[in-house]
Amino acid sequence: MISGAGKKRTRRVRKPRKKGAKGVWSIGDRIGLGIAWITGIFLCVVAFSVTIYLAVKGISYINLDVLTSRPEAGVEQSETGGFLDPMIGTVLLTVLGTAIAAPIGVGIAIWLTEYGRPASLARFVEAGVEMLVGAPSIALAIFGLLIFQTSFMAPFSFTAEGGAVFGRSFFAAGAIMSLIALPFVVGGTREALNSIPKHVREASFALGKDQASTIRRVLLPASRAGIATGTTLGMAQIIGETAVVVVLLGASLQLAPEGAIPVLDIFKGTGSTLTSYVYINSPAGEGKAPEKAYAAAFVLLLIVIALNVMVNQITKRGQHKWG
Amino acid sequence: MGIETTDDERGLSEAGVPPVRRIVVDGETPPVRVAHRIGNGASPGLDEPFAVEQDFEAVWVEERMRIESLGVRFGQKEAVKDVSLQVNSGEVLALIGPSGCGKTTLLRSLNKLVDLTPTAIRSGRILLDDEDTAYMDDTLLRKKVGMLFQQPNPFPMTIFDNVAYGLRERGSKRPGKKALEPIVVDALERAGLWDEVSDNLNHPALSLSGGQQQRLCIARSLAVRPEVLLLDEPCSALDPISTAIIEDTIVNLKDEIAIVIVTHNLQQAERIADKVAFMYLGDLVEYGPATQVFNAPMAERTKDYVRGDFG
Amino acid sequence: MPSLTLEATGIPEEVEAGDPTNRRVELMLGALASAVLLFIAGMIIFTLIKAWPSFANNGLAWFGAGGNVDQQLSDIFNSPADPADYVYELRAWPLIWSTILISGLSVVFATFIAVFSSIFIVHFAPTALQKLIEPVVKYLAAVPSVVYGLIGILVIVPWINNNLITEQMRASVAYVIQLDGSSVMAATMILTVMILPIMIALIVDSLRAVPLNWREGALALGVNKWRAVRTVSVRAIRPAIVAAAVLATARALGEAIMLAMVAGSIGFAPNPFDGILFLFEPSRPLAPSILDGEEGLSVVPFGETMYAFGFILIVSCVFFSFSGWAIRQSLSRYGIGAR
Ligand SMILES: Nc1ncnc2c1ncn2[C@@H]1O[C@H](COP(=O)(O)OP(=O)(O)OP(=O)(O)O)[C@@H](O)[C@H]1O
Ligand SMILES: [Mg+2]
Repeated sequence: MISGAGKKRTRRVRKPRKKGAKGVWSIGDRIGLGIAWITGIFLCVVAFSVTIYLAVKGISYINLDVLTSRPEAGVEQSETGGFLDPMIGTVLLTVLGTAIAAPIGVGIAIWLTEYGRPASLARFVEAGVEMLVGAPSIALAIFGLLIFQTSFMAPFSFTAEGGAVFGRSFFAAGAIMSLIALPFVVGGTREALNSIPKHVREASFALGKDQASTIRRVLLPASRAGIATGTTLGMAQIIGETAVVVVLLGASLQLAPEGAIPVLDIFKGTGSTLTSYVYINSPAGEGKAPEKAYAAAFVLLLIVIALNVMVNQITKRGQHKWG
Repeated sequence: MGIETTDDERGLSEAGVPPVRRIVVDGETPPVRVAHRIGNGASPGLDEPFAVEQDFEAVWVEERMRIESLGVRFGQKEAVKDVSLQVNSGEVLALIGPSGCGKTTLLRSLNKLVDLTPTAIRSGRILLDDEDTAYMDDTLLRKKVGMLFQQPNPFPMTIFDNVAYGLRERGSKRPGKKALEPIVVDALERAGLWDEVSDNLNHPALSLSGGQQQRLCIARSLAVRPEVLLLDEPCSALDPISTAIIEDTIVNLKDEIAIVIVTHNLQQAERIADKVAFMYLGDLVEYGPATQVFNAPMAERTKDYVRGDFG
Repeated sequence: MPSLTLEATGIPEEVEAGDPTNRRVELMLGALASAVLLFIAGMIIFTLIKAWPSFANNGLAWFGAGGNVDQQLSDIFNSPADPADYVYELRAWPLIWSTILISGLSVVFATFIAVFSSIFIVHFAPTALQKLIEPVVKYLAAVPSVVYGLIGILVIVPWINNNLITEQMRASVAYVIQLDGSSVMAATMILTVMILPIMIALIVDSLRAVPLNWREGALALGVNKWRAVRTVSVRAIRPAIVAAAVLATARALGEAIMLAMVAGSIGFAPNPFDGILFLFEPSRPLAPSILDGEEGLSVVPFGETMYAFGFILIVSCVFFSFSGWAIRQSLSRYGIGAR
């Protein structure tokens, strides 16, 4: 019985579709399945058409000139310059926002997973983080304005000659942006920490390490990938956010440093980002240069795709196999 | 002596269920098997002579499913190797063997549930009434070949809805509650659960005990009138009393339905099985009448296993 | 000397760190975490304080309809400089209605599409397609809303204007508004796509968490795969679908930039009882109203009105996010929650 394995012909049994299938699959079932297919393919079609459309439009208007020249005020498209400043603005804001969000987010995630006492407070904090995800960015933005307009915050904000505090600056925008990125950092870190089995912690305690050093020496290094994923996702949020920029950086497309200290003056000043550049140059804004809006949108899209790929790579490489 | 179609009594033949052929001979003595026709699956004509002792109830034994050199691989792992078996109506076939020898895989091949595993590759043939199941629609096959799982898996619905589920969701027409009620009650009765749940048919099924849940799953399978019933260690999670009830249920069902049961409990196999198949590491080592396999096993391995020398 | 031995064995000195450090770390992190709650509470309270004059001067009529909301906003903006003469009168209903209409329609469509496409992704898509769709969904979630808005204003809006709006329609409403393609329809279409990914992510997660047991039980009864999924899996995750819809509602309510670009910046309340025409009418939800009025924030009464819009938005979004979170919590207790 066991012998003769070589003689056997093995074939994968495929599902026969036609025979007798009628009556088993009612009309409703077939329609349902059909809709499921259509919606699934719809998603792909939307994604590809958005990408391809912007690629076609974007590439035809993109050139070294727009990438390396500063925006200018002009009536003609050809005179409006490029989007060097907005790109710098995006980088500045992203760096600032993530620099604030990452440590705070990791700290909150550690507290939630490793301490979480009292439990009711932990649950409230969890809900609070969730609410931050849902909080409208425009509301966050005007709240940010409220804070940064106070004279208390004047050192961080664009101020007029007479001493009026505008509440607008890279600092202000970065601070609010960090709130937008925060839930993603918390989420990524928590997921990573949760996936570390208990015995790893116990082993560390058994070596005589206390909780704080276990977290620092064992848990945090082990959840690097999760933290990186969360931070990257947060960065993507910041890069894509427009309302906060429009409210807290204002409408000047060029970087407008403020104050005398180099580097700091940029953060204290105002400017724009790629998103606000797209918005302002679209017909919804002043509509000066839709072609350049396309080009900038395409650059944005490329950044988003790059970040997505990065997240995939991090998760793929960082997947820790706990024995 | 006469032929009854038991379905008519229950008024179920409209449900499209083929009538159960049963030859009943007057008398009260316990049923004894008198006719064994295993092989080609052709049922004898009624005028064909056949030995029936008066005063005994006779049960038709005929081949329903035939497994021809079945092999199942999961990737590189061969779970079932070249197994050939028959499944007859009117009898209980018990699959026994040590853990991981491929019993579940064999069972799940019979209703093609194993095809849900993407890595599974099947070879050989499985016939239901001489028709290759590979070319049958999965759902049509599974209508005829019901299955009960090792873990009770009632749906998160009421008891009534669980039993009615198969009838409601299997075709285009959804029968009304009125039409379903007698079938549900009958199925619960046959599964030996009716007395316990008759008052709370609208309670959630997940609130039942494990044994009750398993019997509910039996009722759920019976409600769609399967012709073959596959049971994968149905009693492994149950207490002795629930086990006894389920064994009774199985024995009562066997003259209408061909039953295949996987069990690790050799006493159970001895109690209820008519045929026993012993598997080891994916091979079918021995297949024969229960009395023979348990009392005079031919293969050395079987002997060890049945005696309990197995690790 | 313990420290000597430690150095000799090369074990870092943190081993010695006793309870006090640990306690301090815990307190510090706890304070950080609680700051999130404080922040949210502070945001709600300070926004309300700032918005109060607008609510106080209008009473419940703030939420009602009456007059032309754009005219009212412009009157507020042009208030006299004397605080005693500030104008506050506002009937915000057209903006509120637009918010409800556009978010509501989008959530309805998105729920429908998300349920079907999640079923497709989890149970029916061929492996190759499945491997394609999942990154596609993530990608759609990551596309910035201003990009959606740009495509909306440069492609969808003109398309609706040229192909769907007839001269007859234009004429029939010419005395109230102009139809130019910026419309409820454009807004709903794009918003649907924007909230789809978050819903799909949640529904896919919970569909995957439905015990295989149940589906196998249904399949073994001879029920076809579609029915088995629909009547067992989808039934079991109904709360997760509700949670996804609720969370998506919060997202939809808060979307400002895309809606500012495509909804048509007019404080008008499209009436569904006018028939299909309402889909082509412009309107302006609350969030884009704030964005549009952003430059007037420094005009005191106007700013206060904007903060009133912000307050309504924050409260409803926080409410929806919290409800969605709570539903998911109760779900995960039964083992089929997302996460
Ligand atoms: N989905 C799968 N993928 C890979 N291998 C599998 C899969 N299912 C079963 N196997 C392997 O096939 C072999 C037979 O498994 P099967 O479940 O049929 O054993 P069994 O006889 O039912 O065992 P038990 O008595 O413990 O239930 C085992 O070695 C198992 O590891
Ligand atoms: Mg098994």
